[in-house]
Amino acid sequence: MMKKKAFMVPNPMTPGQAIHFDPELCTGCNTCVDVCRSDVMVPNPEKGKPPIVLYPDECWFCGCCASDCPVSGAIRVEHPLNQRVGWKRKETGEYFRIGMKNPPPPNTKPPVG
Amino acid sequence: MTEFNYSQAMEWPYPVNYGKENEVSADVLILGGGIAGCHAAINAAKRGAKVAVVDKGAVIRSGLGGAGVDHWHLACTNPCSKITPEEMEGLLKKFGDYFYLEYGNGITSYITCKESYDALLDCEKMGVKVRDVDDEFVGAPFRDEKTKLMFAYDYENRFCIRVNGGADIKVALYNELKRLGVKIYDRVMATSLLTEGGKQGARVVGATGLNVRTGEFYSFKAKATILSTGAPAGIWIFSTELAGFALFQEPNLTGEGTAMAWRAGAELTTLERSSAMMGSGGFSYPMYGTGNAHNTWYACNIVDANGKEIPWVDRDGKMVKTVSERYHPAPGQRTFFYGRMSPSYDIWGPSLIPDLPQRIMKGEFALPLYADLPSMPKHERRAIWGLMIPHEGKCRIIYDTYQRAGFDPDKDMLQVNIMPPDQYFYTAWWGSYGPRQWRTGGFCNGGGLVFDWDLKTSLEGLYVAGQSTYPGADHSVAACSGRYAARKAAQYAQTAKEPVVERKQVDGEKARHYAPLKNKNGIGWKELRAGLCRIMQDYCGEYKSEETLKMGLRWLNSIRESEASTAYVRNPHELARTLECLTHITVGEIIMQASLARKASNSALEFNRLDYPEKDPPEWNKLVTIKLENGDIQVGEMPHNYWLLPPNAPTYEENYKRHCILYKAGRTATAHMEGGK
Repeated sequence: MMKKKAFMVPNPMTPGQAIHFDPELCTGCNTCVDVCRSDVMVPNPEKGKPPIVLYPDECWFCGCCASDCPVSGAIRVEHPLNQRVGWKRKETGEYFRIGMKNPPPPNTKPPVG
Repeated sequence: MTEFNYSQAMEWPYPVNYGKENEVSADVLILGGGIAGCHAAINAAKRGAKVAVVDKGAVIRSGLGGAGVDHWHLACTNPCSKITPEEMEGLLKKFGDYFYLEYGNGITSYITCKESYDALLDCEKMGVKVRDVDDEFVGAPFRDEKTKLMFAYDYENRFCIRVNGGADIKVALYNELKRLGVKIYDRVMATSLLTEGGKQGARVVGATGLNVRTGEFYSFKAKATILSTGAPAGIWIFSTELAGFALFQEPNLTGEGTAMAWRAGAELTTLERSSAMMGSGGFSYPMYGTGNAHNTWYACNIVDANGKEIPWVDRDGKMVKTVSERYHPAPGQRTFFYGRMSPSYDIWGPSLIPDLPQRIMKGEFALPLYADLPSMPKHERRAIWGLMIPHEGKCRIIYDTYQRAGFDPDKDMLQVNIMPPDQYFYTAWWGSYGPRQWRTGGFCNGGGLVFDWDLKTSLEGLYVAGQSTYPGADHSVAACSGRYAARKAAQYAQTAKEPVVERKQVDGEKARHYAPLKNKNGIGWKELRAGLCRIMQDYCGEYKSEETLKMGLRWLNSIRESEASTAYVRNPHELARTLECLTHITVGEIIMQASLARKASNSALEFNRLDYPEKDPPEWNKLVTIKLENGDIQVGEMPHNYWLLPPNAPTYEENYKRHCILYKAGRTATAHMEGGK
């Protein structure tokens, strides 16, 4: 038998996991808070900590928070599950998708420009 | 409202000062700091005007073009273009005046033909990478070796430029605003226009605004005002539960500009235009994030589930055998624009077979389809996935996410989302389809303010740019109309008399802004907004009639008196969102009034009246206008091509010469600009 304390809480907001911070990398500079068009995030009351994603349901997934973050990799934007896409590897016929368990290794080729 | 335990909530992170008034004065006031607003601000400031820009988001990234741009359209004056603005004028006419759109506007599209390349050079001077400076595409058929410019679609005629570095364009514009000393008011939602004596139809002398973080009030006084807000978009579908604000349009586009212009008495037109084109809210996929063959993905190979290639055809249905032929006009054809989206056969381009839906139904092709990037020539594959996707708006994050997940365009075929076969009709927007919702938007199809060759509206002191023009704007039209409107507004401001703000009007607005704060027991803004969208879908949807439109108006007004006037507000963010809902009601009313005024079905406007089922009766081939006069609705009309009729000159070139300010006999706009430095 597992006994665990439970709480009365509202249902989770969906989508609720649009923007993820790596607490090890994020310096709490709040650049992302400043560039967000929808004011999805607010500064953390504790200085130096990652911002709070207060309104994930208002995220437009424009990705500017990640583009303009001064620390590469500190912010990860994830499209919600109902927007995840798949692809087929031509040679092998293997099928992959965004968000799968055991994904193939990342493709590190940078964009043009 | 459910009882909420405030002791568990953290305090609002910004100082809250409801009602605190900030007074700002400027020569040129710009409402909306997107692409049009930024180009306007830069050009007005360069002409010596004191400029203030007001933006609901943050100018550094706000607006529909804030996250990037891949195609720079109508760059007819670039040194490689084989089509002059004057020849394009004729082509645009066939194209319905603006790309694939009938009932478009010739003024803004011609200005764009003349100045699009100049606007891009402006951006280059600000540090945006425009050319293939890293020589990654040396020898590619879309690259000009001398200028290093890269082109899309028609590689022969070369008037659409692929922007290398489009993802950073907004940051560069923002830095230029700062450098020029433009005053930027971020997080301030413009809420109304102020008019002389507070009178409807009088000269515009400024605007009011609300800070969405602090709740502070703004009163702006200005000699000239440029409206460059987005067109109303998020008023037809609202369901954040599915996938956030998964609209093609920016979430801030709730129609403040349209509503405030209407209340001030400006004349509007084509608000009745309907469409089921792009973005079915949360049912869609990330734009350009699924396998595709057009627009940003032009002209990618598409294969079916068994690897069988979907053929491409030219405008005559003749098989286009090689990939490189997809980037050239058909034999004897002058040029082409996007596939078959145009109403005119003359400029249809190569596209996937138009009967693909039927052939899927017959079992000739099996779902799902895939975008076969690995089979594309190396330079085209790199251009689609490495150049266009990462620089188009909202797509850098697609590039980053997919790459991180291991997607490799050299090996992988991106799946096309599965849909009913009839939806595989030629389109650039496969990924954004879902169950059909009405008037889901389109960034260049809405209605807007009536304007002339000065980009001046029917109100003195009020100019338009970007999406506030009808029928809206893409990136290059926004940039060009912004530059042009700024020249006219700055010139007007030089001699305009000192504006006087009517205190009573400001006080009235202030009371309206803060009225929701008193509410305790109503519904929240999200439920309110979703409910208003339902009214729009039901009563102003695909098929309209006098009876349903009038019922819709009754519903909107009833919601205004009831749910909308009692919606609860707990912080400045919720206050702003609730005010957006009130805007939503006004915009809904404008669209329903515009729909009532056109008493005929119209195929170009995708406008169906059940009570007037005859399509396109010739007497209704005109623009219908509406405006408020002393609070009453006035319906008017204008010929479809009013910009070439008296008092205007009969040709585009002559009108441009008369109005553009830059023109000197025998010199192009660019030469004059550069010579004038």
